[in-house]
Amino acid sequence: MAIFLNENSKIIVQGMTGSEGTKHTARMLASGANVVGGVNARKAGHQVEIGGKQLTVFGTVKEAMAETGADVSVLFVPPKFAKDAVIEAIDAEIPLAVVITEGIPVHDSAYFWAHAKAKGNKTRIIGPNCPGVISPGKSNAGIIPADITGPGKIGLVSKSGTLTYQLMYELRDIGFSTAVGIGGDPVIGTTHIDALEAFEADPETSVIVMIGEIGGDAEERAAEFIKANVTKPVVGYVAGFTAPEGKTMGHAGAIVSGSSGTAAAKKEALEAAGVKVGKTPSETAEIARELYKSL
Amino acid sequence: MDLYEYQARDIFAAHGVPVLPGSVAATPEEARAAAEKIGGQVVVKAQVKTGGRGKAGGVKLADNPDEAREKAEAILGLDIKGHITRKVLVAQASDIAEEYYFSFLLDRANRTFLCIASAEGGVEIEQVAKEKPEAVAKIQIDPIAGVDLVKAREIAAEAKYPEAIRDAAAEVIVKLWETFVAEDATLVEVNPMVRDPQDKIIALDGKVTLDDNASFRQPGHAELVDVQAEDPLEAKAKAKDLNYVKLDGQVGIIGNGAGLVMSTLDVVAYAGEKHGGVKPANFLDIGGGASADVMAAGLEVILSDPDVKSVFVNVFGGITACDAVANGIVQAFKLLEERGEQITRPLVVRLDGNNADEGRRILDEAKLPGVQRVDTMDAAADKAAELANAGV
Repeated sequence: MAIFLNENSKIIVQGMTGSEGTKHTARMLASGANVVGGVNARKAGHQVEIGGKQLTVFGTVKEAMAETGADVSVLFVPPKFAKDAVIEAIDAEIPLAVVITEGIPVHDSAYFWAHAKAKGNKTRIIGPNCPGVISPGKSNAGIIPADITGPGKIGLVSKSGTLTYQLMYELRDIGFSTAVGIGGDPVIGTTHIDALEAFEADPETSVIVMIGEIGGDAEERAAEFIKANVTKPVVGYVAGFTAPEGKTMGHAGAIVSGSSGTAAAKKEALEAAGVKVGKTPSETAEIARELYKSL
Repeated sequence: MDLYEYQARDIFAAHGVPVLPGSVAATPEEARAAAEKIGGQVVVKAQVKTGGRGKAGGVKLADNPDEAREKAEAILGLDIKGHITRKVLVAQASDIAEEYYFSFLLDRANRTFLCIASAEGGVEIEQVAKEKPEAVAKIQIDPIAGVDLVKAREIAAEAKYPEAIRDAAAEVIVKLWETFVAEDATLVEVNPMVRDPQDKIIALDGKVTLDDNASFRQPGHAELVDVQAEDPLEAKAKAKDLNYVKLDGQVGIIGNGAGLVMSTLDVVAYAGEKHGGVKPANFLDIGGGASADVMAAGLEVILSDPDVKSVFVNVFGGITACDAVANGIVQAFKLLEERGEQITRPLVVRLDGNNADEGRRILDEAKLPGVQRVDTMDAAADKAAELANAGV
């Protein structure tokens, strides 16, 4: 099972021939992910060898899907062209589009999200500005290192890439069903709630780790969702208690505005929903381990 | 990036949103000249990126150019909630019949745009929303459909703007939407939006926030940065393309990934509670790559902060393996040595994750001056806080 991504996933890469695209396509292939081709209108019809595999570059997502049966697209397209690339993926109705690109203007993200909605949300969008999604031992769509840990019963959803890696590492003895990096932008496709809902329904997940950070109120809304809908144990972590008001902390969405978006408010909301919140990443991992052992 | 009122006013004017004649002044003499050019009664307004200017004495009326100079003299240099006033806006005093509120903003929760509008303007909209929620209209805007005259009239009606000026307001609303989109803004706020005795609609005071991610297609936005008000260390870091935020503590922080660095600040602050209350001195995310050049640039900025008493380098080897990061640190030290930089403060390095053993071995063998290796984040934060406290 796992969520969003499994052993049958067939991946294409939009922007595969760029430097990041090539590098991470090779890494995905090395981790056993089934990458079946790339998309670049200007290089349509070319064959490229990446990680010892011959891959065809298709002119469009639609053509790539028709030729390969791909059901996942990973996007390494530069910010300037990202909106059009995501819209192309949506129009082709690919089931999953993972947008790795950092630095997309929020007007573009809001636009392609509205477009996805208008098309009936047939494409699940993860990101932008995210590390992607990995179901260890099954598939890997994005840039999450596959060698941190293997398959197991923990499901993880996080706004942050490196904190995802950190928690996967600390809990490597248990392993993960799926880890999803949903991204640090103010407008993202898949939310904490979407991932929580999927983990709740996934028989291979028994403990859920949820990592949040300052900015917006996604964690507060996730807390309400957990209270009403999640029966599995959830462990939380929130980064940014020491962040000053009005400063963007690395991620475009990580900003405390006035009194809204603070880490303290998020922690409080999660705890009120019965979520155990760790003070540090290590403590969070420890709580998750204890909960897992007690099942 | 938040803009000053005068910058917002310029942007409004450029997109055809009606504003009153006015110009910005950095000296009392410039204010006098501006008032003379405008003629008649003017209002002299402190340009600071915070609210409550009026109460702090930052907004004053002047009947003639000499008075404008006097008022400007009193306002320039004024400290308003920690913001020093360096410029004033001198604008024509307005005849106000009514004041309204209007804004377009990003609605993160619904992943779309929102319009907030009310016939009760001139005061804090949060206050109105709390006391009279029925007086505040919140309307979602489809980013694809946008705001045309029909939609704008709908908004004006929902906001309960008086019927006599709804058409005039709708025209201004369309122009404000055009501003919002064309400038890649995440907030365009007009408060108050004013109805004058001739039923003309005027944007009297404005607030605009621009999306930094859009700078690649907004070449004009770079000029709006107030270099004078920037923290010198932040400016130095920006020139080196580093993602740095100055804080007021003593433990310099370098890490990879925004989330991990935010987390590092928190863990250091907790550790500091046991070590004389020391705190993180900065946020610095050197990204996934953590190359020697970036590491050297980061160390250089952090060590040029006189408040920094110790440095905590917290790297988790994810995409980049720890041996590459360790080599980066060793080379960074060489680079700094070549540039004549003295590393006089202790460094605590935590390397974990991919190829951690090899990375640690490289660091140990390099025997870098003042560098200690601690292998868990919590223990390393504790060590860095302890060292900072000892150096204070």
